[in-house]
This record gives sequence, structure tokens and C-alpha cells, in this order.
Amino acid sequence: MDLMEKNLELVENQKLEGHTDRVWSVAWNPVSSNADGVSPILASCSGDNTVRIWEQSSLSRSWSCKTVLEETHTRTVRSCAWSPSGQLLATASFDGTTGIWKNYGSEFECISTLEGHENEVKSVSWNASGSLLATCSRDRSVWIWEVLEGNEYDCAAVLSEHSQDVKMVQWHPTMDVLFSCSYDNTIKVWWSEDDDGEYQCAQTLGESNNGHSSTVWSISFNAAGDKMVTCSDDRTLKIWGTDITKMQSGEEYAPWTHLCTLSGYHDRTIYSAHWSRDDIIVSGAGDDAIRLFVESKHDSVDGPSYNLLLKKNKAHDNDVNCVQWSPGEGERLLASASDDGMVKIWQLATKQ
Amino acid sequence: MTLGLINANPVVQAKKERLVRTQDQYRDDGVDPLDIYEYVRDIRDPEHPYTLEQLSVVSEESVTIDDELDRILITFTPTIQHCSMANIIGLCLRAKLKESLPLHYKVDIRVSPGSHADENGVNKQLNDKERVAAAMENPNLRQLVDECIYSDEI
Repeated sequence: MDLMEKNLELVENQKLEGHTDRVWSVAWNPVSSNADGVSPILASCSGDNTVRIWEQSSLSRSWSCKTVLEETHTRTVRSCAWSPSGQLLATASFDGTTGIWKNYGSEFECISTLEGHENEVKSVSWNASGSLLATCSRDRSVWIWEVLEGNEYDCAAVLSEHSQDVKMVQWHPTMDVLFSCSYDNTIKVWWSEDDDGEYQCAQTLGESNNGHSSTVWSISFNAAGDKMVTCSDDRTLKIWGTDITKMQSGEEYAPWTHLCTLSGYHDRTIYSAHWSRDDIIVSGAGDDAIRLFVESKHDSVDGPSYNLLLKKNKAHDNDVNCVQWSPGEGERLLASASDDGMVKIWQLATKQ
Repeated sequence: MTLGLINANPVVQAKKERLVRTQDQYRDDGVDPLDIYEYVRDIRDPEHPYTLEQLSVVSEESVTIDDELDRILITFTPTIQHCSMANIIGLCLRAKLKESLPLHYKVDIRVSPGSHADENGVNKQLNDKERVAAAMENPNLRQLVDECIYSDEI
């Protein structure tokens, strides 16, 4: 199936209104979007200090706000992440704390608050098994937390090698290797030689490795975990790759190398990039547009190359801060969050 | 706020006479550089009881507009090379324009080339909207910025 040949468009299914300030991030619940009879659930977080949980009705197919998580964070909630089981939601806030919320069906309760960062927490990520949590902050550090019995979270590591504000953390999709990206223009890879051991910075992807020349805002992996895309204030997307067999053997560190840079497509900061299960890369940028990219079918000696599949101008009335493909099988749904205060649900469909 | 002023002896120019603009001079749509300048010229300097215009921090030439894309670039000149108030001034410019302009305008703020020792550092911070948002949530900083942008109403 060559996507470039199909006549595809991004159709706006619905606009989710409710937040009273910019929406920074969205996160799809990993579990609910799969099986039949279970409704897709989406979390969004905002400069209005709240998190909203949205659910799609299986009957009417329309989305509504199921609940608002409020009166916990005292400042902007910058990002959120569901645990792999879909039972817990972690929320990262400018108030310096990370909230852990448990889904009790119709209600959410904040069961734990992780403290320790000196200032704004920017991002939170669960590892594949849900046994570890990572957070990062303007205080330049990345923290790893162990998830213990009885809603207990133990700080397992404080990693302080970034020289500036850390914008995002993201665990590898299959291995317990942690990635962080920063205002210092680098991406760092944190690896533990022994499973039970200490995390160290195994690699820094900077300008000398064909890295970004300005703040790196986000990281996203392909399903196999052998490639990742990063996006930056330098207005480029970069594709990186690793030897996944070597990585999975776990014996030695498998380095990441630059594969490709997509430049000339964006003229404002790119805040978010996400790699779908079927290899479509979506970007959200400061020019209010959403763009989709796919790998070119034509072989090249220099490595993979990517083509613009489509560009949705004026996807929002303001900057697009976050774009996320839904994890579900079947229809290709996309959620986007913007400075215009909206969350939008999109569908990638063939033009009629 | 600090024991001694960063720049105790700024050069102050007289306030320029204001031109009364006739209807003809206004564009039908959008804004022009003079509109933007009107919003920022009277912002008070965080350290001295003078406006940014009087201290030559901003001038009419500070504003560039891309009409097609609705993008605005403002450059400002801190009074001295090592001015630690540069970030505050930048935040004041952002805050004032955010409340004065329609939301879809993109605003970039920079110090005039060569006017500050840490030009790249200041520019990067002022144009990182997450950093700006977090700074503006700081009540002390917010208060200082408000005092500067609302000074003509006090």
C-alpha cells in the first residue's frame, strides 16, 4: 500500500472545547482504544491547570468531556501519560510536582504526588512494563522513579547531565532505555548496563552527530523501536536509527545514528512529532499546521528519505503543541492540542 | 529590588510629539508598524521612571511586519551591553502585545544585533513560549511586568 498514491486528506471529526487556556498535550489511553465495545479515551492538559478526560460514545460516535481533574495542580499541567495498563495517568506540572491519578471508572483520584524537581516539570513517561516512570524539568535533571506496591513511588535516579531545561522524556517502546531532549539542543540516551543497575548517559546526540541546532521539543519511536523522529526549534525533523538486534541483546550499548533530516518543510518551531504504527510521521508546528510524512519508496545509497504526504493548513487558530496518533486498530485517528484552547480529533481518510 | 541600579545613568530622550493619525493612515485590515509601536512605546523601563521610547530601547524602526503571514518582529536595544533587565523588557513587550493584538499574530522578539553580550541567550529565552509562559506564572515577575505595562494608568 503506497500512501503517496492514495488521495488522502485529514478530516476534522470533532473539536473538543472546554479548556480555558492553551492546551499543551494530549494522550490516548492505550487500552480503551482497542477492543470492540470499549470507547476510546483521550486526556488533555492545559494552562488552565486542569486535565480533561474525553470519551467517544460508541452510539453517537461523538466525543464529550467525561471528567475534569482539577484542584490538584496549582499551575499549568504541561503533559500527561497513561500507564501501559491504562489504569493510571501521570501529570507533569509547572508547579514542580507530578500527579499520579487512578481511574476508578467514572472518577479519577489523585493517589500520589511526586515531588523533588526544583521547578517546572515538563514531561512524564512510563516504560513499556509500567514498572518505571521518568520525569524531567527546567532544573536540567531527569528523574527515574520505581513504581512500588501500595501507590508508592521511589526515586531511583537523578540524572543531571543536560546543561539546560529538559523538554521531554520518552522511554523506548520495548527496552528500558530512556531518552530525553532539551533546550541545550541535544538528545541524551540513558542506559543501564545491568538490569538492576545505575542509569548513565550512554550517548549524546548533538550538532556534531548531525543533531539539531536549537531546542529539541520531542521524540517519538516507530513501533519496532529501531527508529525515532525528533523535532526542533531549528524547524527540522530528524530521523535516527539503531541496530535493534544489538540493542535487544542487551549486552552492550547500541548507538543511535542520524539517518535523515527533513528541512525546508516548516518555517516555525516544530513542537511535536509522532510516529504511527503504520509508519506515518505527523508534526505539529508554530504555524498552526499539521503535516504528515512517509518514507520514500525509492532506495537511496544515502539512506532513507521522506516525502510530505499532506499538509493541513490552519489545522488550529494558533500553534499546534501536540499531535498524537490513536493506538487503535482500524481507522487512523489523530488528536491535536493547540494554543487556541482546542483539542481536535482528525481522521486520515481517502478523499471521496 | 536590587541594591544598585544596573545602569544608574541612562540616556533619556524627550518624548516625541505624537502625530494624530487620520483615518486614511490606518490600513483597513491588520496592523502596521506604527500601531505596534503605539502599544509598546509607553511601557515603562523596569529600572528607571522613563518609557522604553525615552530610553531609546524601542523606536519606530523596531517593528517589522510580514503582512501575508501576520508575523511581527520587534527588536529592542537594552541600554547597556550587560543589561540583566533585557529579559524583563522582552517579557513586557510580549505581555503588552499579547493583550493588544488579535491572537493569530506570531510575535518574535530579539535584541538588536550587537546590543547585548548574551544576544543569543536572551533571544532564545524570549522566543521559547514555554519558558515565557512559566515565567509569567511567577507572581513576582508578573507584578513587575504589570507595573511596567500599566504604568500610564497608575
